[in-house]
Amino acid sequence: MTRRGWVLPAYTTLVLLYLFLPIAVMILFGFNDIRGRFNFVWQGFTLRHWTGIWDTPELTDALKNSLLIASISTIVATSLGTMIALALTRYRFRGRGSTNLFIFLPLATPEIVLGASLLSLFVTANVSRGIGTILLAHIMFNISYVVVTVKARTQGFNREWEEAAKDLGATPWTAFRTVTLPLIFPGILAAAVLAFALSIDDYVITLFNAGATVTFPLWVAGASRFGVPPAVNVMGTLIFVVGVTLALLAVPLQRRRAAAPVAPPTGRVAG
Amino acid sequence: MGTGREVDVRLAGVTKRFGDVVAVDDIALDILQGEFFSLLGPSGCGKTTTLRMIGGFEQPDEGAIELAGANVAGLPPHRRDVNTVFQSYALFPHLNVFDNVAYGLRRRRIAKDHIPGQVRRILELVDLPRFEARRITQLSGGQQQRVALARALVNQPRVLLLDEPLGALDLKLRKAMQLELKGLQHEVGITFIYVTHDQEEAMTMSDRIAVMREGRIEQVGPPEEVYERPATEFVASFLGASNLLDGTVGPPDGDFRTIELVSGEKVRVPAAAIEGTERSIKLGVRPEKIRIGTAGSASPADGDNAIEGTVRDATFVGVSNVYAVATRDGHEVTVYAQNLGTSTDRPPAPGETVTLTWHPEHTFVVSGREGGADGE
Repeated sequence: MTRRGWVLPAYTTLVLLYLFLPIAVMILFGFNDIRGRFNFVWQGFTLRHWTGIWDTPELTDALKNSLLIASISTIVATSLGTMIALALTRYRFRGRGSTNLFIFLPLATPEIVLGASLLSLFVTANVSRGIGTILLAHIMFNISYVVVTVKARTQGFNREWEEAAKDLGATPWTAFRTVTLPLIFPGILAAAVLAFALSIDDYVITLFNAGATVTFPLWVAGASRFGVPPAVNVMGTLIFVVGVTLALLAVPLQRRRAAAPVAPPTGRVAG
Repeated sequence: MGTGREVDVRLAGVTKRFGDVVAVDDIALDILQGEFFSLLGPSGCGKTTTLRMIGGFEQPDEGAIELAGANVAGLPPHRRDVNTVFQSYALFPHLNVFDNVAYGLRRRRIAKDHIPGQVRRILELVDLPRFEARRITQLSGGQQQRVALARALVNQPRVLLLDEPLGALDLKLRKAMQLELKGLQHEVGITFIYVTHDQEEAMTMSDRIAVMREGRIEQVGPPEEVYERPATEFVASFLGASNLLDGTVGPPDGDFRTIELVSGEKVRVPAAAIEGTERSIKLGVRPEKIRIGTAGSASPADGDNAIEGTVRDATFVGVSNVYAVATRDGHEVTVYAQNLGTSTDRPPAPGETVTLTWHPEHTFVVSGREGGADGE
């Protein structure tokens, strides 16, 4: 007991430090009163990076691009991916196995390979690179993540719930809207959050397919060669805070839905 | 049936195939208004498929399904005036008891201010008053079962379909719910079609039973009839222990026919039980109809059937003694002797020669034919 008394808390503290120290440093250096270009040494506290957050137009544009791309690709990939996940779990059709495999492939392929192949595809097809090609790329890899995430939820879905809804007079669409959708919603929400995070964060695939368009990660990476301005820390902090807030808001929802048993109480005995 | 009641559900020549498997094979059934009708059979006999076709979840490949005289083949579930109590209950876990029960009412666009009253009344009927705000996950299995019933019954369907709804409950609760369901059906007057593999459950609750096997109906009739006069060997053995003996039909003897068993012993069966010109038959008698006595100790009552055998095994099970007796023609016959507690008769011991006697009226004759009679 006494051993467990201090080992576990100490271990936990170290893990948390390991996870959160970089984030703490990022937030802290957003308040650094730097002189010169480099933001590596603490020189004093200031709020001027926060008040002047929009003073670098290129950075602002990059962030706008990223938010736009992340929003659109999240919405499109979540809708398509949810439908694919539903189809894969409820219907037995020809090509179901290979569809499962193809959905999984982008997850297993190195990003650098995906990015390069997409670029050669776009060049071959003579498509000019820009926001459009970035969107296509992001929707593509996001669909896979959405399908995998939503499938975890739809697999435990009891088909009798939908049959019961129809039995009680619901049209197929009403049954979907009032029963299926609310029950798999936690999965869809988790998938959307994941897709948004992956999109706003993607560097490698975007780099290949961006053309002249600059996204937030591309701008930061470019700037880091000359010294990252504290405005990046400030925006990173903002993105982090918004993300954490969304996640916290989703917790009660997740908990409420999770209370519902996904599996039926008994196995089905066919008669 | 000759009751003159309306036919609520009619199946005519209904066949359903899944790939190469014929799940339901050309069945015909008339289910009457207000009847408690059971589809009974082992798993895989097609009873659930039949129920799902009536509910609209499966469409028959051939044949017609009529609800209240109208052919509903091809209609989706939400356009049929039937409701289902599912085996898993299929209560919506994201809704509370009130919203579950009100689900069907809302789909039928019942006026908003009428809904709470109807939900309250039906919850009182299934003995769950003031359960409206409970979450489904807070309910026991028995309570979930009642909510599922209420959710279906509140719509006052023409026919209620029940797919082994008591299967998930423990034995004691199941027994109690059987009687309650029967009472409830009497109260609401709705036709119940009940699917089960439990013969005792079917007999306890049903007005009529259809015994199914391999997609076909073996026999249809009231519980006493299918139990006392099973039409086929399968029905005889599915509805309880049956003792079957082979025999050859002999001359008539008043209302009876004499049958000569393989052992040479002669027994009598009701003449009406013998169909046409059959010569070689199987006859049976239920274990509780047989009296057992040590050979020679008691003379059989006048006109009773009597055969000899040797006790193989005797088991005391409390309310009765169960004997396995080998007859002279090599069959094993099961006998239930009620535990009357009188010490005058010493119970026969294994190895002893005994006489088995029963009333000829209690003898039934089963058809050895494959497939089944409709029994109507």
